Amino acid sequence: MAPKKPATAAGPASSSATSTSTSSTRQLDKIALNIVQHYQKTTPQRTKLLDTFMAFLVIVGGIQFAYCVLAGNYPFNAFLSGFSATVGQFVLTASLRIQTTEANKSEFPSVSPERSFV
Amino acid sequence: MAAGKGASSTPTELLVSLGRNQSTKTLLKVIILALIAAAAVASRLFSVIRFESIIHEFDPWFNFRATKYLVANGFYQFWDWFDDRTWHPLGRVTGGTLYPGLMVTSGVIYHLLRFLTVPVDIRNICVLLAPAFSGLTAYAAYLLTNEMTTSSSAGLLAAAFMGITPGYISRSVAGSYDNEAIAIFLLVFTFFLWIKALKLGSVLWGALCALFYGYMVASWGGYAFITCLVPLHAFVLICMGRFSMRLYVAYTTWYALGTLASMQIPFVGFLPVRTSEHMPALGIFGFLQLVAFLEYVRSAIPSRQFQTFLYVGLGGIFGVGLLGLVGLTAGGYIAPWSGRFYSLWDTGYAKIHIPIIASVSEHQPTAWPAFFFDLNMLIWLFPAGVYMCFQRLEDEHVFIIVYALFGSYFAGVMVRLMLTLTPVVCVAAAIAASQLLDAYLQYKSPEIVESKEEESADGTPKKASKQGSLRSTSQPVVGIYNVLSKAFIAGAMTLFLLIFVQHCTWVTSNAYSSPSVVLASRMPDGSQHIIDDYREAYQWLRQNTKEDAKIMSWWDYGYQIGGMADRPTLVDNNTWNNTHIATVGKAMSSREEVAYPIMRQHEVDYVLVVFGGLLGYSGDDINKFLWMVRIAEGIWPDEVKERDFFTPRGEYKVDAEASETMKNSLMYKMSYHNYASLFPPGQAQDRVRGARLPDQSPILNSLEEAYTSENWIIRIYKVKDLDNVGRDHAAAASFERGHKKKKAIKKRGPRVLRVE
Repeated sequence: MAPKKPATAAGPASSSATSTSTSSTRQLDKIALNIVQHYQKTTPQRTKLLDTFMAFLVIVGGIQFAYCVLAGNYPFNAFLSGFSATVGQFVLTASLRIQTTEANKSEFPSVSPERSFV
Repeated sequence: MAAGKGASSTPTELLVSLGRNQSTKTLLKVIILALIAAAAVASRLFSVIRFESIIHEFDPWFNFRATKYLVANGFYQFWDWFDDRTWHPLGRVTGGTLYPGLMVTSGVIYHLLRFLTVPVDIRNICVLLAPAFSGLTAYAAYLLTNEMTTSSSAGLLAAAFMGITPGYISRSVAGSYDNEAIAIFLLVFTFFLWIKALKLGSVLWGALCALFYGYMVASWGGYAFITCLVPLHAFVLICMGRFSMRLYVAYTTWYALGTLASMQIPFVGFLPVRTSEHMPALGIFGFLQLVAFLEYVRSAIPSRQFQTFLYVGLGGIFGVGLLGLVGLTAGGYIAPWSGRFYSLWDTGYAKIHIPIIASVSEHQPTAWPAFFFDLNMLIWLFPAGVYMCFQRLEDEHVFIIVYALFGSYFAGVMVRLMLTLTPVVCVAAAIAASQLLDAYLQYKSPEIVESKEEESADGTPKKASKQGSLRSTSQPVVGIYNVLSKAFIAGAMTLFLLIFVQHCTWVTSNAYSSPSVVLASRMPDGSQHIIDDYREAYQWLRQNTKEDAKIMSWWDYGYQIGGMADRPTLVDNNTWNNTHIATVGKAMSSREEVAYPIMRQHEVDYVLVVFGGLLGYSGDDINKFLWMVRIAEGIWPDEVKERDFFTPRGEYKVDAEASETMKNSLMYKMSYHNYASLFPPGQAQDRVRGARLPDQSPILNSLEEAYTSENWIIRIYKVKDLDNVGRDHAAAASFERGHKKKKAIKKRGPRVLRVE
């Protein structure tokens, strides 16, 4: 699926390359759009479930961090445990997602894509 | 092998077919590993056989005392242990300032054996813990090496090297009950798990790695070595363009779980998020998230767009991250690198800024011969092994290369870090040695290769020209596949290996098996004579002083006094409070009039000094005296000056030419008090410093001699109480002496003490 995507995205990229540096923000917009499109096309529904959870973790961790910056880190133990729990959960979920993704099959031959749902 | 060669073909074939059998191979490996473990344990028992089952040196005495406390009072009491018998007036929060892994390990073994109804003394567990773990270390080295190479002989060789190399034995003989005893096993095993996790990209192995990393953190301050080496390995891999999803999985699992595990140890606490030593691990953790995200983006968009994205995104995030780190360090949220780490970069740093670190002999830079002494032939096989790693250069080989580089550097900076270098030397040397042996020990297969090559060579036009010449010239006499060269190389390697074993045994027996609590010497007739002054004196303290009599001594002996004499001490080997140590240093290096108030303030009852002059024992307090002076000078530069202790010509002398400050210092007086009376007039001699001493011994007024051990190694003085009629001690003492000998002393008394 990876080779298919660049082929479709090649058209707009080459046309935008001719434009000058003033349109760099437009270019970045385009890049973001491409990423989103790629994501929506190639990600299975079940993996999106995982991604939602990861997004949730990022938000929770972000809130905790923002609180720490704004209101002080007084219960430092609590902040640390909460924050590291979200970070740890995030990276472990990310690891699971990486292992179960079809594109990484060559690196993790022994992991079944269904591992996260059994 | 030799037997198989000589015998007829049927037994040989039988042997070969047996050797090819997989289950036989496994059985053989198990037997060999068991034998290696047995050899590793056995070679560490010299000291138990020669002396007795006794705890060695200094730090182990504290660990032993803590273990006894743990076994007697249970885990939670141990965790909350406040020890009021050290660092008198201050005390020490022992439970929160030690690495509990070692004590808990022996406590668990003790209770397990009790549960199995094996009645065993906790002391014997402590004495034999290090040898037992060295067997496990050998196995861990086997596992680690097996990850590096396909040759199974390399692993076995590495296990054998690890088992008997003196660089590791130096810290793990029986009785050397120190953190390193279990930490080296954990170090090697954690590295093995890390390689395994990286290879498989497995969360399970990563979690196991984190678990053992946590155990390592609980056991030894050297865990920072892992904390820095694993991120470095990851960083090097990324820089080599070898980022893979396996690396992401292994590293993030290890970091997320390992950091949590390490923060459970009270002594470590928040350090992993607060100090610079741990920042590389955190930085690489963040960096990996970024790289993984970039990797995903790269697969999503065309390369042209990706480049723009890379420059903007990566540059921005890197800048923000660096600024944040600098800001946090400047703002005081992250502690800068600690002094001990600076001393690793600049070997002169500690001597200038932290004399207390520089005063420990194992913190000195390593001398060249020490490498050969501790590693023997491994040290020249080591570069060859690293070269082999360069040849293959998989991810795991990069680890060995990185480890080898850093290990060598640190081993060169500090003697004790030879210990962290030893595992990688064993692994690399085993790879090199097995490569040699695998190539040259093969009896059959190279001949097939040779004949094939000859055939292929014969296919070319050369054949015609060769046909005319003699058969013998076509077969070279000397060559790689020749039996002679094979036998030569194999024989040389065997010889080296045998010499290595012999060297290791010799070094272990002669250099590393002395308990240093008990000294051994030879009588003129060759029989062994045991010098047991330390235990004699500590036993005296235990039996003849009050339960809470405070003993002042230099910090080296603090743990031993606590462990063997069970008396409170002012300072000990924990050295957490430099000022308190400097106070003792000041008392030792000042005049009696200055020292006495200090001792009264700290409620000192007895003062203990170690004096080797009679026996020629060079590790005594007079030789350590300059460090006391330096440490005291660091706090009171106006009152204690190092220069005053040298003669005008800059020599450190203890005889009649010694400087006045030296002669009046408490340490000098206590060491040489009454010493001249041992000798006929004019012949008093200090055998350590080769100095002839004046006939008149120094006079002590505020202390009185309480005990001197058989060979005068330990001298204990009692601090006098205040005078009954309010005189100072000098006046009272001269009055006392005046009773016996009227004029002579009365004239001298004031002159010695009142001159300012």
